[in-house]
Amino acid sequence: MSNPELALLVAVPILASTLPIVGGLKFDSIGWPVAALAALVEAALAVVVARRVATEGRYVHSLGNYPRQYGIELVADGFSAVVVLLIAVVTLAVLGYARRDGPRSNPFYTAYLLLCGGLMGIGLTGDVFNMFVFLEIVGLATYALVATDRSGRSALAALKYLIVGTAGASMYLVGVGFAFVATGTLNMAELATAIPDTVGYTDPLVVASFAFVAVGLSVKAAIFPLHTWMPDAYAESPDTVTAYISALVSTLGAYALARLVYSVYTPAFFEAVPLAGDALVAFATTSIVAGSVLAVIQPDVKRMLAYSSVAQFGMIVAAFGLGTEQALLGGVIHLVGHGLMKAGLFLAVGVIASAYGVRTVREYANLGYRSPVTAAAMGLSLLGLVGIPPSVGFLGKWYIAWGAIEAGAPVVAGVVLFSTLLTLLYVARLLETLYFRPPEAVEGAVPGADVRLLSDGGDGREAGSAGTDESTAEAGESTAGASETPPTEARPVPFEAVFVVAALSVAAVALGFAGPVFEGFLDPFLEAVL
Amino acid sequence: MTAAAAPSPSVALLAERTLPLALEVLSTRYAYATFAILFAIGLYMMIASPNLVKKIIGLNLFQSAIFLFFVAMAYVRGGSVPVIPTEGGAVGEYASPLPQVIVLTAIVVGVSLTAVALALIVRLYTEYGTLNEATIREVMDE
Repeated sequence: MSNPELALLVAVPILASTLPIVGGLKFDSIGWPVAALAALVEAALAVVVARRVATEGRYVHSLGNYPRQYGIELVADGFSAVVVLLIAVVTLAVLGYARRDGPRSNPFYTAYLLLCGGLMGIGLTGDVFNMFVFLEIVGLATYALVATDRSGRSALAALKYLIVGTAGASMYLVGVGFAFVATGTLNMAELATAIPDTVGYTDPLVVASFAFVAVGLSVKAAIFPLHTWMPDAYAESPDTVTAYISALVSTLGAYALARLVYSVYTPAFFEAVPLAGDALVAFATTSIVAGSVLAVIQPDVKRMLAYSSVAQFGMIVAAFGLGTEQALLGGVIHLVGHGLMKAGLFLAVGVIASAYGVRTVREYANLGYRSPVTAAAMGLSLLGLVGIPPSVGFLGKWYIAWGAIEAGAPVVAGVVLFSTLLTLLYVARLLETLYFRPPEAVEGAVPGADVRLLSDGGDGREAGSAGTDESTAEAGESTAGASETPPTEARPVPFEAVFVVAALSVAAVALGFAGPVFEGFLDPFLEAVL
Repeated sequence: MTAAAAPSPSVALLAERTLPLALEVLSTRYAYATFAILFAIGLYMMIASPNLVKKIIGLNLFQSAIFLFFVAMAYVRGGSVPVIPTEGGAVGEYASPLPQVIVLTAIVVGVSLTAVALALIVRLYTEYGTLNEATIREVMDE
């Protein structure tokens, strides 16, 4: 069958995931090279898929050449191509960070590749039961990754995530079962036509099936009352893992929800059963407010960012529930933007934690001058999260708010704008600590080196290393800066880590100018589903 | 008096109608009733039990309920195993094979999940010496 690249996108990482374990019998550190190779192949394949989707539009690969009534289809359209590209980019970026900083064990890379394959599967599958299997592959790999640092705390966080996540996936499976009873098919395209043709949208089976699917996938996307696994899982897992799962796992949960809503139930279902859409939007809107409020009161930076994710996913799901063209476009853009910004932010937290060992907002005092590049990148991503204009965060929120007004739901638009203020509240708290709070006042903050002294030292270092261009300064920032200032025992941070953090935040800003590109690329998808 | 007397015939009528309906559902749709009961029990165990292993047992019960639902949905009264002979001549009714395949896959997924969960529980037990979630959290917060 043609279009093997779709199958390869899923198969390559899953097959490669066996190599670190097998090769680990003979070689000590084979995990990273294997993962890097697989990630490069994935990136190339993702670009191939995106180019084909841009020229030809939607295309499919039928696994094993079975027709879609019996077999499984992998589908590439605008939405899935965007998500596949996001997975490929984040996989590469996090691997770049992990080269020097991350877990080095071979099993870690096995789980990492398995997770990557599962995510690709969710992004590409066109079969609702196959989606369940990939959700569970992603789940299993994530539970293992959360517990990689072998501490009791992370094991409990992983177990909590496992119980809640499995309950969610099982709910989804019940929903799939109801839809199957009603229509007798599992293929998304077949379901979309079979539901109105056989039983109609208002059939109790179809409504119940939607309810189970929506609740199950809301667990995966961490919508407010079902979000409790997220802060624990993000805060207790190693920084590399947090960055990867925060950028992708819930993102694909929200993607699955949008895919089911638009490609299986279709917007006509929302018209026939208005309560379904209204309930989705109501829960998502609650999630925006609750996530933002909870984020403001967190002392721990990772926990704060985790609650911020609850709010952002609320915004994304609300956009999907609204069902207008602008809102859907905004949801997709925000999905991508949030993934990139959160990956950058959690990696920045990792850089700072590995250099200074600090993790709470208070202890970040004055770090803006100790690690200028990391702190600046962090600040950039944080402002993007608020939605300051030349950033992808602004673009997503703009389209969502616009779509909300278009859909006649000014309350949602109001909440989106209000949540921007709340986001500013916790972002400003962190930025203020980074740049304006003297470290002497805070117990546990990185001591010594007041601003004036350090800028002197910084100048001397630059003159000494004779590096005046910006990239050298970036490279030297943490390593040289840390080794030169005696008062702290800061460990040197590898160049790759700082580079990845800076690149991700720059990418998040650059994508802010890509509104027309998104619009043009997603237009065929939007027209097909709306 | 009339107001008090009025409901009684309708209540009796309701009972007359619902009781056979309930009996009929229980006698012909008992698999679905069992599904609902097991589903609820499993969910309750996962939420309410403080013991981590019992939570996982609840999870397994919850998943088994879903397997039962799928198998029950595929069942055809008087239908035979969906194996069609190669020489043809397939007549009569067959049970639907697709849900059975789904259940097989879901069982594999469930087993792997249980394995991961038990591995995590073993680690928690060696670290804290208890399976009680509340106690573990207490120890952690100290």
